Amino acid sequence: MTTQRDAFGARLGMWLFLFSELLLFGGLFLLYAVYLARYPSDFAAGGQQLDTLLGTGNTLLLITSSLTVALALSALQQGRRQLCQMLLCVTILASLLFLTIKGIEWQAKFGHGLFPGGAELETLPAGQQIFFSLYFVTTGLHGLHVLIGAALLLWTLGLTRKGQVSAENPIMLENSALYWHLVDLIWIFIFPLYYLLL
Amino acid sequence: MNQTTHGALSFRCLTTVWILLLVLTGITVGVSHLDLGAINIWAALGIATLKASLVVFYFMHLKHEPRLLVICLFITLLTLATFIGLTFFDVLYR
Repeated sequence: MTTQRDAFGARLGMWLFLFSELLLFGGLFLLYAVYLARYPSDFAAGGQQLDTLLGTGNTLLLITSSLTVALALSALQQGRRQLCQMLLCVTILASLLFLTIKGIEWQAKFGHGLFPGGAELETLPAGQQIFFSLYFVTTGLHGLHVLIGAALLLWTLGLTRKGQVSAENPIMLENSALYWHLVDLIWIFIFPLYYLLL
Repeated sequence: MNQTTHGALSFRCLTTVWILLLVLTGITVGVSHLDLGAINIWAALGIATLKASLVVFYFMHLKHEPRLLVICLFITLLTLATFIGLTFFDVLYR
């Protein structure tokens, strides 16, 4: 029995899912834009408390991991499986490093009582409360995507080692790479909006 | 239309895109230190959009995908722009 595969159909399905993800995060960016227009000075005060250096470091990490996963797919398509697996490992390590930096950042905020429902946060003006709530929801949802992306890539790495993902059948790597690029794509907008503009 | 697999992008092409992304990140961080008023927002969004296009068209291979996917992407972005536009039409003129 032969298995029929439709590689384009599989990618199309993944893209349609990614479009729904764009609208999901789009809603959060819309909230950001509306409340920025309403509370510009509170948003500026909140934004200044975010660590631009850690934000920039995470941006470089995600861009680079986006490169390594794209290289991993090219390597697989060229039949260089060892290199593909190595690049996938680098990507997964970068994702863990990203989450560690995010953790350090959140830890510092938590230490100052700045977390949803935190005592310190409740004393701030309304606009700053909204800023930090949006910051935690947006980066939290994005962090969840990083975690899911890393898990997907780890699974793909396992399948590649077993030879179930190969130059002839790269769909799983193609689609988990697409997901990982989306994670990078969303961060490309989160970074200037939360860390740079304010 | 019926491309089942697209050819592998060369390492050179992908690395060039990566370097461009790094340069654009540097520019957006640099510009954020200048006080240009409203231009700051549009510069940041413009550079982010440019970076996003590089990721979508090269890293995500959209450049080599059938036109259908590009059309779907634009419909999604148009939907999002409509939501944002109509919301602002409401909140700005209350």
